[in-house]
Amino acid sequence: MALDEFDSESRIFSAVGTRPVRPDGIDKVTGKAMFGADISAPGMLHGAILRSPHAHAVIKSIDTSAAEALSEVKAIVTRADFSDKVSRGNADVLENVMAGAKVLYDGHAVAAVAATSAHAAKKALKLIKVEYDVLPHVTDVDASMQDGAPIIRDDEIKVEGYSANVMSRSEFGHGDLDAGFAAADVVMEKSFKTAATHQGYIEPHACLGSLGADGRGELWCCTQGHFVARNICADLLGIDSTQLRVVASEIGGGFGGKTTVFIEPVALALSRKTNRPVKIVMPRDDVFRATGPTASSSIDVKIGMKNDGTITAGQAILRMQGGAFPGSPVDMAAMCAFAPYALENVQAVGYDVICNRPKQAAYRAPGSPMACFAVESVVDMLCNQLKLDPFEVRLKNGAKEGTKASYGPKWPRIGLLETVEAAKAHPMVKSALGPNQGRGVSCGFWFNHGGETSVTLSLSQDGTVALQVGTPDIGGSRASMCLMAAEELGIPYEKIRTTVVDTASLGYNDVSHGSRVTYASGLATIKAARDAKKKLCQRAAKIWCIDEEAVDWQDGQAIPAGQNAGGHDPLPFAKLCKSMGRTGGPISGHFEATPEGAGVSFATHVVDAEVDPETGATKILRYLVVQDAGKAIHPSYVEGQFQGGAAQGIGWALNEEYIYGEDGRLQNAGFLDYRIPVASDLPMIDTEIVEVPNPGHPYGVRGVGETSICPPLAAIANAVSNAAGVRLTELPMSPPRILKALDDA
Amino acid sequence: MGKMHITTNINGDETEFLCDADESLLDVLRDRLGLTGAKEGCGTGDCGACSVVVDGRAVCSCLMLGAEAQGREIETIEGVAHGEDLHPLQRKFLEHAALQCGICTPGILVTAKNLLERNPDPTETEIRYWLAGNLCRCTGYDKIVRAVQDAAAEMRGA
Repeated sequence: MALDEFDSESRIFSAVGTRPVRPDGIDKVTGKAMFGADISAPGMLHGAILRSPHAHAVIKSIDTSAAEALSEVKAIVTRADFSDKVSRGNADVLENVMAGAKVLYDGHAVAAVAATSAHAAKKALKLIKVEYDVLPHVTDVDASMQDGAPIIRDDEIKVEGYSANVMSRSEFGHGDLDAGFAAADVVMEKSFKTAATHQGYIEPHACLGSLGADGRGELWCCTQGHFVARNICADLLGIDSTQLRVVASEIGGGFGGKTTVFIEPVALALSRKTNRPVKIVMPRDDVFRATGPTASSSIDVKIGMKNDGTITAGQAILRMQGGAFPGSPVDMAAMCAFAPYALENVQAVGYDVICNRPKQAAYRAPGSPMACFAVESVVDMLCNQLKLDPFEVRLKNGAKEGTKASYGPKWPRIGLLETVEAAKAHPMVKSALGPNQGRGVSCGFWFNHGGETSVTLSLSQDGTVALQVGTPDIGGSRASMCLMAAEELGIPYEKIRTTVVDTASLGYNDVSHGSRVTYASGLATIKAARDAKKKLCQRAAKIWCIDEEAVDWQDGQAIPAGQNAGGHDPLPFAKLCKSMGRTGGPISGHFEATPEGAGVSFATHVVDAEVDPETGATKILRYLVVQDAGKAIHPSYVEGQFQGGAAQGIGWALNEEYIYGEDGRLQNAGFLDYRIPVASDLPMIDTEIVEVPNPGHPYGVRGVGETSICPPLAAIANAVSNAAGVRLTELPMSPPRILKALDDA
Repeated sequence: MGKMHITTNINGDETEFLCDADESLLDVLRDRLGLTGAKEGCGTGDCGACSVVVDGRAVCSCLMLGAEAQGREIETIEGVAHGEDLHPLQRKFLEHAALQCGICTPGILVTAKNLLERNPDPTETEIRYWLAGNLCRCTGYDKIVRAVQDAAAEMRGA
């Protein structure tokens, strides 16, 4: 790990840490900003996708003749219109984008139409006749693991003792569990379940694709990663990746769910067949049925504790289904489960299971919230039984620098204990609780990620800067990039324009995920600015006729440095820019790398909740997020990430769930029945930013986007359980479930 | 079936368009008139991203037919700012960082403006219930509610 990047604790920032208006702000408050569905092209056709009504079936035949007979219909594609030489890594993506021999879930794409209007395309879908041979299905993770469960993909047993739907087993940990549990005064064991939830971005997937028979094309889409979208689309269509230029539109929320492709290759296939641009906008029910969601889980946790609160051992067995394809985030869940604790004896085992559900997509810290829910619930049960303060128990057992994590690494500098201390000292914790009210505490952890990153920073003659990045801005990152470039160059924030450029204009960039953008594109921006500064110093040396080593950069200008440099007047940034054509030509700074020093991030959340014993309804009274940001570049957007993660967690904990009927069909594919939190459901969400610098970033930045959704499920479950006087072990804690728990108690 | 000829007023401009009888006002705004500020998040009136004001009343334009616009006065997000001057709500949303992705922002601004025209001094609870039909998945609503409160205070001269 590159952990020697951090500049200095004593650095005084001028731009970083301020709260300027975001550069894309005016466009977004006036309706000018162009999102996925906001673009059209001359001659454009409208695409629509036919989806399976069955959870599991063999496709016997597809008859498109009646649809093709409509004059408005210009093309129909099925699986046969995609490449048959797709790389192994993308085989499941193709299978998900367009079904092959079988449909694997309700909503699985079967065919697509391009027509002269959206209305005509929809009408044509009804004329396509698909003959199915319906097969038995399974949608529950535990049921899918059992012998005799309907087999979804192939019948080879991969994990001994389980059905062929169990795709793999992973295990992490160290120490001696038996000895650890034997040393405990109390051993607590409990089983938990969490429902699948959707990322719930308000903008449905949308794209406009144009592809010629020569394999050259253009794609406009809302995506978290247009380079990845380019590579996958090219593979699925059998074309060269660089012949497809992808432009990332403004993106109306992603939360991980827009890190892959669904409709984009379909629009391109339809376009190739018609030689016309094709636009596809997903209807909301398709978004629920066929994109996202995260995994549902079933988890057993066992923790041993001494009377003084010392945890002697911890074990978690996690089972997650990620739809009809391998790749649920169970490995990451197992790695995150005990991350906030320093344990001598720890084990986490994960089972990756497939079911007849849509292919899971990443959702904000994939896997961690569920694991955290189970572990932190058991820790809370132990605190209650042993009458221990939940903050003290976490301080006593909390991970710190040097702790060996349950999944292997030794932590560098981390800020967990600082978040616990700050939460414990917060005024909210002193507020009194009334009848039917309870308080819940939880810590949470996310790895954070570096990823492949390129940045170019181009200087202009008028002393301004064009910063080109390749990571779509999903939460205000253009503001953060401008701040970091301004900090480094010593010029005003307003003098920099950050653009998320298309795939033909910059080297490869991984998707905006893993809370990596402010860390990795930020680090690259700083390094590119340093590269530009070096070149500016060279120009100053040339002008002054001195060695370039004798020039320094300070406060936005080149200055002579050292005894032999001579007495030259400083050359400000703008002046050097103005003369660059005469001193050697255009100046740009570059940086390309895969930074590996992404600092892990911990958080502590505190929730006060009230449960109505008559209705089972829960009201969140107060909510506090304390999280280590390393260094907050734009504190308002850091707070926004904290609050947004907490709100999604509140939805997950209390309301949101994928509900499947006996027929294997999704019962609540809309925002009316899949109820995400609305403004009147929530209180203000207090935030406190802790800054323990990440040694792997020049300014100490840690990613902040995902950790905020890790503690809420557990913190709310602990608050609700303490309010209701009965332990809730299944999410969501909807009113019927709470009433049942009260009745059963 | 032939198209319908509709005459209406949008953001102060007399506007004519042809539409199908079953075409939503949202589709007319976006696809026929190029006013793409109103967004389609669901098409079923659950998310509020398509909010516009019709004759002084906030509605989901996905639930109203284009033909129903005949003779009405419609205000969309494109009509909220006056020239280069942003509406106080727009300014406060920027100052408070009350948007992250920004897809819900047009609908929320249109709806919040309608609230402040009816009630210049709403309580936090009144703001939260008035905006309960406008989903935001990014912010947790905290900064949105604060921005509306701050804009209301400024507009009252408080």
